[in-house]
Amino acid sequence: MSTTIIWTIAIIALLGLVLAVVLYFVAERFKVVEDPRIDEVEKVMPGANCGGCGFAGCRAFADAAVKAPNLDNNYCPVGGNEVMKKVAAILGYEVKEKAPMVAVVRCNGTCEARPRINDYDGYASCRVKAALYSGDTGCSFGCLGCGDCVAACQFGAISMDSATGLPVVDQEKCTACGACAKACPKAIIELRPKGPRGMRMYVSCVNKDKGPSVKQACANACIGCGICFKTCQHGAIVFENNVAYIDASKCKLCRECEAMCPTGAIHGVNFPKPLDKEAIKTRIKERNAKAAEAAKAAAAAPAKVEPEVKKEA
Amino acid sequence: MSKLLVSPSPHIHASVSTKSLMRDVVLALLPAAIVSVVFYGIGELVVLGTSIASCLVLEYLITKYMLKKDCTVGDWSAVVTGLLLALNLPSSTPWWVVFIGAVVAIGVAKMTFGGLGQNVFNPALVGRVFLLVSFPTYMTDWKIPGGLFGADAVSGATPLGAIKEGLLGGAQLSDLTAQYNWSDMIFANIGGSAGEISALALLLGFGYLLLRKVVRPYITLSIWATVALVSLIFSLAAPEQFTGPVFNLLTGGMILGSCFMATDYVTSPMSIKGGIIFGIGIGFITMMIRYFGSYPEGMSFAILIMNATVPLLNNWFHQKKYGRA
Amino acid sequence: MSRRTFSIGGVHPADNKISRECKIEVLPIPETVYIHLGQHIGAPAKPIVAVGDKVKVGQPVAEPGGFVSAFIHSSVSGTVKSIAPRKDLAGNPQMCIEIAAQGDEWMEGIDTTDTLITDFPDDAKSCLDKIKAAGIVGLGGATFPTHVKLTPPPGKKCDMLIINGCECEPYLTSDFRTLLEKGEQVAIGTAIIKNILGVDKATIAIEDNKPEAIKHMNEVLANLRKLSSKYAGISVLSLMKKYPEGGEKQLIDAVMHRQVASGGLPIDVGAVVQNVATALAVYDAVQKNKPIVENSVTVTGECFPKQANLLVRVGTPLKYIIDYLGGMPADAVKVISGGPMMGKAIANLDAATLKGTSALLFLTAKQTARGKEGNCIRCGKCAEACPMGLEPFLLNRLSRAGGMLDELEKNAVQDCIECGCCLYSCPANIPLLDVIRQSKAQVMGVIKARAAAKK
Repeated sequence: MSTTIIWTIAIIALLGLVLAVVLYFVAERFKVVEDPRIDEVEKVMPGANCGGCGFAGCRAFADAAVKAPNLDNNYCPVGGNEVMKKVAAILGYEVKEKAPMVAVVRCNGTCEARPRINDYDGYASCRVKAALYSGDTGCSFGCLGCGDCVAACQFGAISMDSATGLPVVDQEKCTACGACAKACPKAIIELRPKGPRGMRMYVSCVNKDKGPSVKQACANACIGCGICFKTCQHGAIVFENNVAYIDASKCKLCRECEAMCPTGAIHGVNFPKPLDKEAIKTRIKERNAKAAEAAKAAAAAPAKVEPEVKKEA
Repeated sequence: MSKLLVSPSPHIHASVSTKSLMRDVVLALLPAAIVSVVFYGIGELVVLGTSIASCLVLEYLITKYMLKKDCTVGDWSAVVTGLLLALNLPSSTPWWVVFIGAVVAIGVAKMTFGGLGQNVFNPALVGRVFLLVSFPTYMTDWKIPGGLFGADAVSGATPLGAIKEGLLGGAQLSDLTAQYNWSDMIFANIGGSAGEISALALLLGFGYLLLRKVVRPYITLSIWATVALVSLIFSLAAPEQFTGPVFNLLTGGMILGSCFMATDYVTSPMSIKGGIIFGIGIGFITMMIRYFGSYPEGMSFAILIMNATVPLLNNWFHQKKYGRA
Repeated sequence: MSRRTFSIGGVHPADNKISRECKIEVLPIPETVYIHLGQHIGAPAKPIVAVGDKVKVGQPVAEPGGFVSAFIHSSVSGTVKSIAPRKDLAGNPQMCIEIAAQGDEWMEGIDTTDTLITDFPDDAKSCLDKIKAAGIVGLGGATFPTHVKLTPPPGKKCDMLIINGCECEPYLTSDFRTLLEKGEQVAIGTAIIKNILGVDKATIAIEDNKPEAIKHMNEVLANLRKLSSKYAGISVLSLMKKYPEGGEKQLIDAVMHRQVASGGLPIDVGAVVQNVATALAVYDAVQKNKPIVENSVTVTGECFPKQANLLVRVGTPLKYIIDYLGGMPADAVKVISGGPMMGKAIANLDAATLKGTSALLFLTAKQTARGKEGNCIRCGKCAEACPMGLEPFLLNRLSRAGGMLDELEKNAVQDCIECGCCLYSCPANIPLLDVIRQSKAQVMGVIKARAAAKK
């Protein structure tokens, strides 16, 4: 009995020893020499492996960052400036600070505003739906409402609002990794700067159709009337393909465009006060009147040829 | 104008559903169930009733309250499990043992893996084997059929059990097999668990499944071929020790197992090649257990063992693809 | 003798060819036609008319926009009203030429009589030019420009021309009616294509659920063979009814017992496949100088008041066709352009027909509604049904896992022909094809990018 036990123990111990030696040599033989800084950088990364930086994961990013001559093309949107500062410290590079971004859903076509003309019966995926047809409503640019963006977000920052049928971004949770923007087949979701204290303006529509047909399809759409373009004093509105777009770098957050938009397609968020449309409209009217007077005066001063020039604003 | 419905092609669907498939299996098992009730009487009815009812109730309770998913009782799969479990038990099994079997089958073998389609092992067999090892006395109390209207049934052993014990006791195989002729086996005249007693009723049901294209015959045929081949070789080599092909094909759970348990969609391989290998494995293991194991019958164990290889078989064997070598 | 068919998979949906007795009827010309510039695979055509121009029937209104592209002709005589984006069948804006019809004046040189011309030019080049000028595209569904397909790449030899008269989709009968009513023209068109390709053998493949068509074509060919030696080598082949027999790859397998390698073309195994309607169009183009301005469309469905096979001008608004036959039935929920297995559900009835529109099918909610998706029970019915020998259950699982493109490619998702057999036969109503189609597109993108990088 006792000999059996001793033999068993001896054999197992010997086996363990032999295998340990084999394992050691195998490990030595196939050892991959890596820059130790890659591990260090990976440690300070958020570890979400979301791919928002354009690399397959945090490790791949760390690898690329270590090998790159500077950090200009490598930026972790999830970690933001704080993480990048740490990465820069490890690698001895300088980091260009970037404004924090947030995902913005640029479709305003709620269930009420956008009457349905078709029903869908198939796999609930925007991508499948987009490949098939233009969507359940008259708008062929708007949100399809199957929630591919929700599925793509690994931070749980997007959810579908059942009342409007549109996705809603939780700006606290959003890391601006861009997964939702990539998942959206209609390219509705855009990463935009968060703005000072979160205040930002954007056009919540991407419909490129002409005014009348857009109006028919959706009550909240940008109809391409161009009022915002004429109103903006800062040249922040880009007006192309029958749809307005706000250039965030030029926008001064005056909210004049928002007040003037006839369909409510321009949204301002996180402003401390609610939008006082009347006050802004009066302000614009006064400014226009003044400008017209000035123009009149200017026209009148040099040559009194045509006194009855009408103002066009 | 009314709204148009838009969906990706195809726009029509074959008149087949999970429910219709399961219902076909239940229909196919009905002749065997009826035969066993006729031969075993009220006891068998109690086993059948308890088993099916508890499977249904357990499936309902678990999906509704534990998994909090859509209830899947309507798809008849629990009925199939209950029916198969009942047909695997002796008619004298007490109702509470049947209930425990159902708990293991539905609760452990099926639902813990995620419900229909996700389980690795055949639920009814897991339930049966659990009972076999936990309650051996109830599970081996086989009755020679007395009949619903006839005299009281006599307790006895199954042919396989009798032979195993007889051989261990030093008896001659020829004496032992002499008491069974194959027409008895086909027409439900031998002892066994309810579903094992009438090969004819089971084959009738299997024919129906083949006709309705519910199952394909490859797995079943490869089990039979393997069992026949293995037993032929052994019985020719040592006729005094090993039983022959006819006996092995018609006794025990062979027909029930090969026609209804091994062909279970979820726990059998997808490809034809995989199915054939799966069948060969079952046949071989069954015969090894019958000949050399300590249990008289090995069908349940063989199927469960081969169930475990299904993911591998699915990975190794694929269908022949068009235009590819 | 066992009935001949393709070797892998396939399903047997109910035939439902309820419009098979309806003769092809000419639909009156609509007031306005909307002619799409992208009616074919490849680059959209470029308009060569301006708003306000007067056009005649058969006058080219757009020229090819690339090598793989086709001419487009006016299908009515009248005035060009606009050239602007208009919503297509799927509701997506596409460039369209709007033409208001006045009278029915055809271009000079087009023979509009019914006289049969059996003798055709031997010169392949001139025939090909006529086919190109007539804007002929594959009318079997893919709408690939025919003149490109009939010019095999150098070094590839064609052994057999297959004329696809299978019409394996349920409900469709326009090819069947064409074979019965214009069998001679189809046979002559076949001979012309055969001559262009310089092959000895041509087979007109017809499924055996259309015995009348098989008999008729045999008689027609026997008569033509008496007239000229040019009709030797053309035969009719009866195939067992099984979907998707009319799929190019399946048809080649059934007729020639050869299989096109993954990523290959039919010409690689010496086959060229053309549809019956295309053969008819070739006849019209070469013998009559008539471009594609009209095509036959089956309008059908149990719920639809009147079954019909109509000869429709290209660009006819769907509403016009429906109203002509008695309006939209109340219980129809889905309108499909094409057959029920591969056709596209129409999202916008204001859209107009294209060259390749073969049918309008009306289905009720009961006929078409998808069942609730259940768990996969691993029955393997999808793999059994797949005519390409793929394993849809596996592809579905890989696709849904996300990011498994390599695995998907290894399991040949790119070979999928989107025939719908898997989804048709799935007892658990899993949207297999919906999912697989997406991953196929992704994998195809990867393969194309890799090929481009190699160059």
